[in-house]
Amino acid sequence: MAKSSFKEALESGKFVITSEIGPPKGTNIEPMLHHIDLLKDIVDGINVTDHQSSVMRFPSIGGCLAIKERGGEPILQMTCRDRNRMALQADLLYAYTRGIRNVLCLTGDAVPVGDHPTAKGVFDLDSSQLLQTIRLLESGKDMGGNDLNGSPEFCAGAIVTPEANPIEPQLAKFEKKIEAGAEFIQTQAIYDLENFAKFMEYARQFNVKIMAGIVLLVSARMAKFMNNNVPGIFVPDHLIDELAAAPKGEALNTGIRIAGRMVKQLKEQNLCDGVHIMAIGKEEVVPDILAAAGIQK
Amino acid sequence: MKSITKQKDFEAVKEILEPFDRIFIFGCGTCTTMTHTGGVEEVAEMCGKLQELGKLVTGSTVVPTACDEVTEEIMKQHGQAIENATAILVMSCALGVQKIASYIEKPVIPAVDTLFIGVEDTPGTFKEACDQCGQCIIGETAGICPITACHKGLVNGPCGGTSNGKCEVDKERDCAFTLIYNRLKIQGRLDLMKKYHEPKNYHVEPRPKVIKVS
Ligand code: SF4
Ligand code: SF4
Repeated sequence: MAKSSFKEALESGKFVITSEIGPPKGTNIEPMLHHIDLLKDIVDGINVTDHQSSVMRFPSIGGCLAIKERGGEPILQMTCRDRNRMALQADLLYAYTRGIRNVLCLTGDAVPVGDHPTAKGVFDLDSSQLLQTIRLLESGKDMGGNDLNGSPEFCAGAIVTPEANPIEPQLAKFEKKIEAGAEFIQTQAIYDLENFAKFMEYARQFNVKIMAGIVLLVSARMAKFMNNNVPGIFVPDHLIDELAAAPKGEALNTGIRIAGRMVKQLKEQNLCDGVHIMAIGKEEVVPDILAAAGIQK
Repeated sequence: MKSITKQKDFEAVKEILEPFDRIFIFGCGTCTTMTHTGGVEEVAEMCGKLQELGKLVTGSTVVPTACDEVTEEIMKQHGQAIENATAILVMSCALGVQKIASYIEKPVIPAVDTLFIGVEDTPGTFKEACDQCGQCIIGETAGICPITACHKGLVNGPCGGTSNGKCEVDKERDCAFTLIYNRLKIQGRLDLMKKYHEPKNYHVEPRPKVIKVS
């Protein structure tokens, strides 16, 4: 089976661009399809979130199939929160047969932070064990030690939070994920390029592609909120000031400019192997962010 | 080690006791006494509340340790009062409730919810310390149990939600892996942070768990 086009892009040495979509809560998939159409030809891969923030939605695998059908390259986000090891393996087998070749392995958010706070959190496996499981399935065995009749092949990745505090436990986990077989890493949102450059100095020693996480800022308020409430995110004051200084109704454009500028700097300074752009709810401006970064596909 | 309980809402107790008009009440002198959920005072208070509802309390007692064998003896001493009751209300943890229920055919009803088995952390503060997983790994995690100290029971390191050393579900609670990291550092065993733990066996001793000690 041919390599995934995302994997080819990673291996080509080019600056790789991925973005992400969130499936709907409900059966109206039109907005999601619209976002897929907007993104599929301008990025190297589209992540589909898996009940992000523990909020029940249309499944990640369904979003990935829609991307496939429309000629895009899906990256299946898979958390360990809702499925035990049997269900995870089964979904991986199914995904492979439908042409889904890229998987981002996540532990998953805690259940109580979501919209079904009394549900059972599964966490039978964690992200590093899920990565190992993918490598095992590829070798033709399942976790029970049985032979598979036909085995999958994936480009598997994971995440890291470069701004985590304390950083050491986070890095120990990061190294375990690479050890377990992660080929690419998409980072949590980064805003301070100096801090990120320091992280990259460390990360460069590992044989793994690093894609910097870019989360679109839409207002100074959002930036402050994220600083106070989102683990591992640090938006420096100068960016908050820049957003606050935007004339009324212009904050979004300022956010697009900031994101575009960061992508451009990361690329020009060759700081990392690519970027993962998250425009949470504002997917339609991803093309504008890429234009602001001077990137055309 | 203590069984940590909290009292059920009185409304819930009232509802489940609805069909019963004659009640015998048990308290426990060990865990629920310490947590003030089923000691002498709480049993007296429950007697009063049930009487206010118009129920007849045929008798009450606070046994030393409800889950112990001695309970059967004490039950015999209260034979008549128990006989007169249509239901038994137990203000011990679920272990005691089950012990009592095993000695008697009458309906036995818990008045408290059993939350976890805990150890006293600081005076008056109890924390869960073990989930009896059957595969103890705390020799490699600096004596801190990640199965219970981590909200998700992870064993290979922190999730992405940890922030300033706290857990993503509650800013007041420590992230298990910050605690483990700090302690391994003191012990000079930080290499253990990088040790990969295989997926757990959830059936080391399959449920229903029974062990015969010879
Ligand atoms: S690892 Fe934790 S839950 Fe398992 S036996 Fe040890 S202390 Fe108990
Ligand atoms: S923040 Fe720490 S304790 Fe909380 S779920 Fe994540 S790893 Fe576990």
